[in-house]
Amino acid sequence: MSTDIRIKKGLDLKLVGEADSKVSAVPRSQVYSINPSDFHKVTPKLVLKEGTEVKAGETIFYSKNDEAVKFASPVSGKIVEIRRGDKRVILEIRIQADAQDIFVDHGKKNPKEMTKEEVKAHLLASGCWPFIKQRPYDVIAHSNDTPKAIFVSGYSSAPLSADVEVALKDKVASFQAGIDALTKLTSGKVHLSVNGKSDSILNRISGVELHKVFGPHPAGNVGIQISKIDPINIGERVWVVAPQDVAIIGDLFLTGKFEANKVIALAGSEVANPQYYSVRICAQMKEIVSGKLASDNVRIISGDVLTGDKVNADGNLGYYANSVTVIPEGNYYRMFGWLPFSGIDKHSIQRTALSWLMPGKKYKADTNLNGEERAFVVTGEMEKLMPLDIYPMQLLKACLANDIEKMENLGIYEVAPEDFALIDYADTSKIEAQVIIREGLDLMINEVG
Amino acid sequence: MKFLRDKIDQIKKPFGKGEKFEKFAPAVNSLDTFLFVPNHTTKRGAHIRDAVDLKRTMITVVLALIPALIFGIWNAGYQNLSQLQEVVPFMDAFIHGLWKVLPMIVVSYGVGLGIEFYFAIVRGHDVNEGYLVTGLLIPMIMPVDFPLWMLALSVAFAVIIGKEAFGGTGMNILNPALTARAFAFFAYPTFMSGDKVWVSDATTMDAISGETILGKLAAGKEAGYDAWSMFAGTIPGSISETSVLWILVGAAILVITGVGSWRIIVSGFLGAAFTAFLFSLWGANPLMNFGMLHLLVGGLAFGIVFMATDPVSAAQTNRGKWIYGFLIGLFSILIRVFNPAYPEGVMLAILLLNVFAPTIDHYVVEGNIKRRKKRVAKQLKTA
Repeated sequence: MSTDIRIKKGLDLKLVGEADSKVSAVPRSQVYSINPSDFHKVTPKLVLKEGTEVKAGETIFYSKNDEAVKFASPVSGKIVEIRRGDKRVILEIRIQADAQDIFVDHGKKNPKEMTKEEVKAHLLASGCWPFIKQRPYDVIAHSNDTPKAIFVSGYSSAPLSADVEVALKDKVASFQAGIDALTKLTSGKVHLSVNGKSDSILNRISGVELHKVFGPHPAGNVGIQISKIDPINIGERVWVVAPQDVAIIGDLFLTGKFEANKVIALAGSEVANPQYYSVRICAQMKEIVSGKLASDNVRIISGDVLTGDKVNADGNLGYYANSVTVIPEGNYYRMFGWLPFSGIDKHSIQRTALSWLMPGKKYKADTNLNGEERAFVVTGEMEKLMPLDIYPMQLLKACLANDIEKMENLGIYEVAPEDFALIDYADTSKIEAQVIIREGLDLMINEVG
Repeated sequence: MKFLRDKIDQIKKPFGKGEKFEKFAPAVNSLDTFLFVPNHTTKRGAHIRDAVDLKRTMITVVLALIPALIFGIWNAGYQNLSQLQEVVPFMDAFIHGLWKVLPMIVVSYGVGLGIEFYFAIVRGHDVNEGYLVTGLLIPMIMPVDFPLWMLALSVAFAVIIGKEAFGGTGMNILNPALTARAFAFFAYPTFMSGDKVWVSDATTMDAISGETILGKLAAGKEAGYDAWSMFAGTIPGSISETSVLWILVGAAILVITGVGSWRIIVSGFLGAAFTAFLFSLWGANPLMNFGMLHLLVGGLAFGIVFMATDPVSAAQTNRGKWIYGFLIGLFSILIRVFNPAYPEGVMLAILLLNVFAPTIDHYVVEGNIKRRKKRVAKQLKTA
């Protein structure tokens, strides 16, 4: 069965540096790093100490708030450093990789023949559980919950993000196995959405309710799809898994190994030949980008330009990242840059710039803020980018005021920071909408749970 | 450009973090950011940002005001000279008007920006661009002979009580420019109303009459102008309110650039037209019989296009904007017709709806909340 989702509000940003669909391998990194900051609201409790040898798939730490949730090493090797910050918060766990991986054998299994509890235990023990995220709040799912449905968005609409069709080309069988496992975990359905415009390789996946999605970004955001398919009400939980992570889960069942390989897009205007690369998660960024950049003054982003994290060249690929984007740093001055209709090479959704007259033009966007932060003044612009039935500005103000009742009434449970990424981009007053929503969600976690 | 940039960085050095004049940094920064869009890069959230900022938005409004301002300056001279001589050369009228209006603009910006800078330094935040628009609007809605010291007081009242007391730009409830006008209107009524103040020098020279059309109608007289003069704006009135033609040019700039809400503008005119039509059916006095000509006179067009669309004091939801605009139009005509003490109603109508805008939004947003609650109720029923 297939139901279509059509979205009108939003924006497809056209940027220079889209990845060519060729896939190459990235050489194996010497060091792989896990950053606990990738796992929002997780307090890590270490199991292994500095200096110990680990196998790929062996637990390094677990979550203090939900002890069943374990985090495994992506490679085999030696834990060379545990870097800590203020109050001994763990910032980074560095693993010196062996030349060849030795995997923990979790055992080949057929999810179709397993019970819910068996599947759950298998995912928890192998380190695959953190790939399952929960809405509301956009955090790792709690191991005791049973969600009312599970959502997988097989359509990535963010600018320059990795096309799921390319990334999963050789992984359809793994993806199917992953879906088979996920269907055991929910009392409801597993919803899979695909790009309505193309004939997706995921159309043949069985055991799911398939949805074709049409429309501009953020149509690919799973939260937007949830609201159209089965919106979250107070007290409800749904789970979401990213498509490549479904395939990693599938591989666990097919091979018994936690082999977290991904096909990521290396894109952006500062990449000499943007294309796809196959790489293990947590790999060193310098192995991914070295020799491939067109200039020096760049920002490397683990993820896409709207929601990704800034990383240095000695940083690493994030746990959940599906792309690496490299764009110019915008640390320059522009004389009278605020004049209306100036800056023809800059994109704006407003008609006070000329970009609306050139709808097909691709832009080389940089990190310049293009102004300074101001109080909320302009109204109506956020609504144009918000396909959810939500008043974005009112919700942001409720979050700023820590008004829990109002946040609840205005639909805080239905949103994730990524749904406000375009508002971040477009807001005249340069309001940090994603940060405000994240803080609002954190407040709800603490107060409501 | 590099040279200029280096020079500015050098000048700014004593205002940097931890330096001697750090607390004056907001003032210096605001001047600097007018020359250069700063080199700030994104720190949190989305890594790329739209080219627009509040400066660009506000300057667009100033651009939209320019046609009405230039016409207003010329008309200020024309109204005076046309009563004294047969032929009025364009430049004579313009210079006469400029001589009156320019000092008002200087005083308005000087006093207003001075206060804004002071608050920015005391509170340690950047100077907001909102006053660029407010500072120009205030002289544009005053009578031409309004004394400068009264203007300065009105500006100070509007900025301090109308805006900063609420927390500055973005937090004010009332439109600051209209707050200034309302202050002047109630504090100095003899300079703000009557049949003497609307043409320059009318108070001092008997040869010059200074009555507005609405004033005449309220007094039971004939309007005395044809519809084209009302539309073109060659009639007495506040400096820039008279020319519907040039105000509509400004409205076009606001609507095409998307800076002003077309919903408010359209619904405002609709509300006024609707009310004027109803009164013309009743037709008990000249003001009621004035019909659709109501749309061409007084401050209605200027108020709806430039004041009602102020995003801070207007309704913020799209549906709210329709209601807000319509009610402004409606109340403007209602006050004109029913309150003989105030022949012009648009100022009070907008201020009134400024106060009610949050209430309108509240009910619009409440609809969204109810939908969400209904969904839960349905869920519980089926479960």
